[in-house]
Parts: sequence; structure tokens; C-alpha cells
Amino acid sequence: MINAVEPTAVKPKIGSGNFAHIIYVLKENPVTAIAFGLFTFFLLSALVGPFVVPYDPLKTDAAIALQPPSLSHWFGTDNLGRDIFSRVIVATRLDLIISVSAVALSFVIGSILGSVAGYRGGAVDVVLNRILDTIMAFPLFVLAMGIVAALGNSVANIIYATAIINIPFYARLVRAEVNIRREAGFTLAAKLSGNSDVRVLSFHIFPNALPPMMVQVSLNLGWAILNAAGLSFIGLGVRPPTPEWGIMVAEGANFIVSGEWWVAIFPGLWLMLAVFTFNLMGDGLRDIVDPRRRV
Amino acid sequence: MLSISDLQVAFKTRRGEVDAVKGISFELAKGERLGIVGESGSGKSVTSYALMRILDAGGRIKAGEAIYGGVDLKRASETAMRDIRGREISMIFQNPRAALNPIRKVGHQIEDVLIQHGQAIRSDARKKAIAALKAVKINNASARYEAYPFELSGGMCQRIVIAIALACDPKLLIADEPTTGLDITTQKAVMDLVDELVKARGMSSILITHDLGLASQYCDRIVVMKDGLIVEAGNPIEIFTNPKHPYTNKLVDATPRRGATIRSLLPEEERKPLAARQMGDTPLLEIKGLEKTYHGKSGPVRAVKGISFTVKAGESLGLVGESGCGKSTTSSMIVRLLDVSGGEILYRGEDIGKMPALAFARNPLRSKIQMVFQDATDSLNPRHTARQSIAEPLKRLKGMHGEALNARIEELAALTGLPEHLLDRFPHQLSGGQKARVGIARAIAPDPDLLILDEPTAALDVSIQAVVLNLLADLRAKLNMSYIFVSHDLNVVRLLCDSVVVMKDGEIVEAGSVEAVMDNPTNPYTRALIAAAPHAPDRKSAA
Repeated sequence: MINAVEPTAVKPKIGSGNFAHIIYVLKENPVTAIAFGLFTFFLLSALVGPFVVPYDPLKTDAAIALQPPSLSHWFGTDNLGRDIFSRVIVATRLDLIISVSAVALSFVIGSILGSVAGYRGGAVDVVLNRILDTIMAFPLFVLAMGIVAALGNSVANIIYATAIINIPFYARLVRAEVNIRREAGFTLAAKLSGNSDVRVLSFHIFPNALPPMMVQVSLNLGWAILNAAGLSFIGLGVRPPTPEWGIMVAEGANFIVSGEWWVAIFPGLWLMLAVFTFNLMGDGLRDIVDPRRRV
Repeated sequence: MLSISDLQVAFKTRRGEVDAVKGISFELAKGERLGIVGESGSGKSVTSYALMRILDAGGRIKAGEAIYGGVDLKRASETAMRDIRGREISMIFQNPRAALNPIRKVGHQIEDVLIQHGQAIRSDARKKAIAALKAVKINNASARYEAYPFELSGGMCQRIVIAIALACDPKLLIADEPTTGLDITTQKAVMDLVDELVKARGMSSILITHDLGLASQYCDRIVVMKDGLIVEAGNPIEIFTNPKHPYTNKLVDATPRRGATIRSLLPEEERKPLAARQMGDTPLLEIKGLEKTYHGKSGPVRAVKGISFTVKAGESLGLVGESGCGKSTTSSMIVRLLDVSGGEILYRGEDIGKMPALAFARNPLRSKIQMVFQDATDSLNPRHTARQSIAEPLKRLKGMHGEALNARIEELAALTGLPEHLLDRFPHQLSGGQKARVGIARAIAPDPDLLILDEPTAALDVSIQAVVLNLLADLRAKLNMSYIFVSHDLNVVRLLCDSVVVMKDGEIVEAGSVEAVMDNPTNPYTRALIAAAPHAPDRKSAA
């Protein structure tokens, strides 16, 4: 038995306690700190990017088309003479909006479905699981293509399509996490404390599923960006001339053979960095939401 | 045969190196049965892991010698150790189900060991494995050979583990809490079997346990460990009758035994007289013909087959039986977590059994019947601090908030002896005893009349158990509650209860006052239960 005896009589303030914990997690794991640093950079690009970029991302100028990277145009210019650096930075907002809303949507829907299935069990569980199996049986990207093609080419529809293909992952994870806690002592104790089933599920069981969910969320943010970019790349989704990483790579791909590598490389690099950031963030996020990591 | 001198084991942790074993020495002769007794964290298991060189990552033998039959266990190569493990020294682990591979037939698992150590070849392995199963008295051994661990009971699994441990005729058997989690009659059967085999084969054995009573029954010599050090060694009778070290004294006191009273479990200076209790004549709870039937795949299973008993106001009733006897089902129905299949649960004359369990959360009687759960760790939400856990019933059932809520929480903490600064800790930052206190504080928060205690001390060390049992006895007098104490440990039931109900296979086999049932059991099953409890030697002289 570990009997901690150090005096901790001071009541910790909730806010500072959480903040201290975040700092602790970041300090302990430098990779997490790097990931959060990169994430802050992307967040800033999305928030203030359009106001600070040196050029208008949509302004064409045939005179300076396809110029290699230089001091005035850091990432070079594309075939219409647009500044690639400005376009890459401005595109961050759209790409983040798509991925964050898609993930948020699948997180919410998946959590509700999974919680109900895991808590109720029985027929509800079986039916829900078969539906999710059906969704997962499709090649996910093809399914997303189909949804966008059927619903129409718009940002909202890319979000819906990306959300739908991700729902099964959340639902299954939550279902498993809820299921193992359905009969746990603290669940029974919560019922004895006069909580209704809905309260027991949402305030006692579900929060315990958060740590593994955070890993899933962060991985999924990366996938969602890739997915949205992929849809745009094949011409479904965001339409030119809107700056978006996927389209920019698609447009730039034609010029690689002729030696103008910068048109595709830089948006591709940003895409890669974004996915990389989200993948690295997973572990850190889990450590932050898991109270057991506090010592 | 085994000689350990000044053995030290250290673990690397986040906060630097921690010494788990701080220099212990003992010797083990051939054929000797040694018991290592201590509470959690005393370093008793770590000692045995060090001998087998199976310490967790980060653990290492820091200093000292461990010589087994001329081999230096500290310096021996990994290849030499592999030879020694199983053939020379074998080990039985705490949780038999975890020690067996769940997806391999048990017979094959025995064969693996035999072939590994060159005791058998493919062609005769099966025959030898079945012989090994027979040696541990498994009926119908050739059929059991084909079984998977999940198809066998806990006691049966432990026999398989013993068969594996003994398959290669080792000279030394280390048993690490071999019967924790097993029923009391199974515990006796398993311990008797180990004892018989060890004696018959002239082996030495080391029994690692927290139960002084068990060790005294099955060992020739006992060493008592505390905080990585041996505080006392000697033969069991000596240790029980004349403990020299204050810690041994405390342990001996805390071990429940025949003739003990609840206060005598505590160290002498803490024995205050028990407050008088008020016992009413009116029945608080009447159970009449209570039934529960589950609808399984292979037809209905009758878990509780029409039982009846009464709890008077202020009375404490013990509900005793082994796993599968229906005692947990019964308590779940009384506390209204489970719907009844038949019969009545009359609380002050009102049949609460009729209300569906789902709707009972909103019933005003909800606050009157509460429960303390078996596993304090499992029963506290890992995301809630102690304060939040205790606040939950107050907020939901009593509508308290703000200052009144905080005042009540602090009052409850004081009642259950939980230091106030621990209230803002998460469960994993609390010790077992502290978690038990939080669980009790939460249960008594809404002023219940009836508290159901589901083996609240099963996972606790004996000295903590003694404290928690006394706390429960004090609270009962102070708050005028009735208890239903669910347990398989008759020694503990005797301490806390006025009357007792013995259940077997969903039926009541014997009921009556504690004295009547425990001193003059009429039913053979009750007699078997009482006989199976480890008998600690009586303490003749108070030290």
C-alpha cells in the first residue's frame, strides 16, 4: 500500500490544477510538446492566416506564372501566377474546418450510438453493430466518393461524408469501453445514489471512455484532412479556385514532370505536417484527459 | 538448501529508486515448510520473484546473496535460470486463471512444461500429463485434459497450476497467495492438496500469504515481513502465543479467530468500549419467498429459490455462503438493482419488490437502502475525487448543494475517519483502507436505515480489515442502522452480526442467532464451512 504522507492540505484550485497537469504532460514527453507546438501554428494559420499573408491567394498574374521559390515568393508561384505560400496558409482554415467538424460530428453520433449499444446490449446492440459492419464493409474512400457524388459537390457534403465513414470507429470503441463498465461497482453505486440510467451513462460511464477516444480523435483528424484532400484531388468537393491543399496538390501534379516541383510539394508538405501533428498529439491528449496520470 | 543473506531488491520509478526489500536473511532446510507473512507492500512477493529472477522491468537485486543448492541465483546465467525454474524451483501464482493460457487446452499446457524440461517426449507426453492431473486429484483426468481454462472452476484451475508446477518434480515450491479469491472450502481443499503433495515428495515449500491463520496451519516456520524487512521469525505457535515484535502483535490481534470480539482485533490501546445499540422489535425488512430466475441459453436458471428471512430494526444479519450460492443475487434484489422473479421484499411493511429496479432511483425510499461494495477500487469512479463520489448521493437524493453540501461531506469524512485533505484526491491516489472509507461515507451519506455490506473487507489487509470492521460497528451504533453483511468468511460474520443466514444453491440451509449457528451447527454444510476456516492457534497470554 502506498501511503502518501506529504501534506496536501491546500485545496487545489481546479483551473490551476488542470493547467499544471497539462504542463506536466508536455514536459514529460517532448514529442507531445512538439506536436502541440505545431498544432498551435496550424491554429494560428487558420485564425489569422488570411490577414497576414503577403499576397491575395486568388489574385492571378500571368507575368509571374510558375516562378520557383524566391525571397518575394517563398514557395514560388503556380501556373496562374498566384503566390503558393499565401494559398497554403489560407487553405489551413478550410482544411481544419472540414476535419474538425467531420470528426466532431462522428464523435458525437458515434458516442451516442456506441454508448446506447454498449449499455443496453441485447437486440439494440446487435442491430447497431450490423449496421456499422455494413458501413465498414465498403471501401471507405469509395463510400465517401459516392456520398459526395450523390449529395452534390459542397464543403458541407464533404464533412457529412467524412463523418459518416468515421462513425463506426467511434461507435465500436465507445461500445467496448461502456460495455466493460456496465456492471462495474461505481456504476451500481451511481444507481444507488439515485441517478437515472441516462445520467449514469452520460456522467459516470461515458467520461471513462474519453482517454482512448482522444487517441482516436486525434488520429482521425489526420485521416479526415487526408480524406478531404483526397476527395478534392479527384475533383469531388472543394472547387477551384478556392485554396485547399488537396486541389493544390492535384493542380500541381501536372507540373512535376516539367520540373516545376514546388507547385505540388509545398501543399503536400503542409498536408503531411498536419497529419503528422495530429497523429503525434494523440498520446498527449490521452494523458491530459486521464486523471490516473496525475501523481 | 536455500540460503538468503541480506537480500536487497530495488525498483526504478518516476521518483527515483525505491527499495522493496531492504536486506533480509533466512534459510530453508530440505523438507521444511516456510511461511512468509506480511501485508501488501511488505515485499513478500518481490522476495519470491527475486529468487526466481522474474522481477518486473526496472527491478533488480541490489545486494546480498541467494544460494540455492550451491547455485548463486543472483549471478546465474539466464540459461541456467531457465533450467532451474520449473525443474528445481516452481511457483504457484495468485490468480490461477491469469496464470493459465486461456486459449490452450490445460493438458497441452502441462505437456509443454514436461517437454521443455526433457521429462517427456511427444509420444508419452499425453500419458504423463494425465498422470500429473491425477496426482492433483482431478476426477476424470483424461476428459479434463481436453478442457480449456474457462471451462473449469477457480479451484480446478488452481489444481491445474499446481499440476504444472509439480510436473517436473521440483525440490522447492513457492506458493504466492495460492488461495486468494477462492471459496473457503476450496481454499482448504487446495491447501490440503499442496500440503499432502509437498510432504509425499519430500519437497520444501514457501507459502506467501497475508493470512497469519493460514500460514500457522500449513507451515513449520513463519517469518513476518514489514516494509521490506523481516521483523520476526519463529514457529507458528510461538508467534501466536508470544509475539515479540509490536507489528507481529498487531497482526496476531487483527486476525479474526474463535473467541475474539470485534474490539480485540485492534491494538490494545485503541480498544474503547462499544457504544450500546438500540434494537427494535419491529421488523425493518421482511423477505418472503424471494425468487430469482435467469433465462439462460440452456433453460431457466434458478439463482434464488424462494428464501425468507427478517431483519429487525437495528439488527445485523450475516448472509453467508460460497460463490454461486445466490447471496449476491439476493443482496442485489434487496438493494433494488435487480428485479425480482417472485416473492416479496417488505420494507417497513411496504412491498418494494414490486417496483421495477429502473424506477426505484426516483423513489423516496432509495436513500433508505444503501450498499457498500466488495471492491472499493472498482466501486469508485476513477474520474471522480473522493469529494465528488461522496457528494453524488447527497446531490441526487437530498438535493443538497453549496455550503450545506460541503459541510455534510466534511461531517461524513469525520465520521468515517477520512482525513479532510484526502477528499480532493482521485481513487488511485488513495490506499485500500482510505478507499473503503470513501465507499462507506458515500453509502451512509443519505442517512440509510439499512446498509448492505457486500464483503467490504475482502480486498483489505487484516490490520485494515480490523479497523474497517470496528468503524462499521461504531457507525451502526451511532446512526442506528441495520446491516446485512454478505460474506463467505464466518470468522468475520461472527464478529459483526447478531444473526446469520447460511445459503447454498439458492436456498437457506440454516438460519438463527450467530451463537446458535456457529457453535452448534445442525446442517452438515454449515459444519463444513466452519471447519474450513483456518484455525489460528489461540492466544494464551496477552503480550
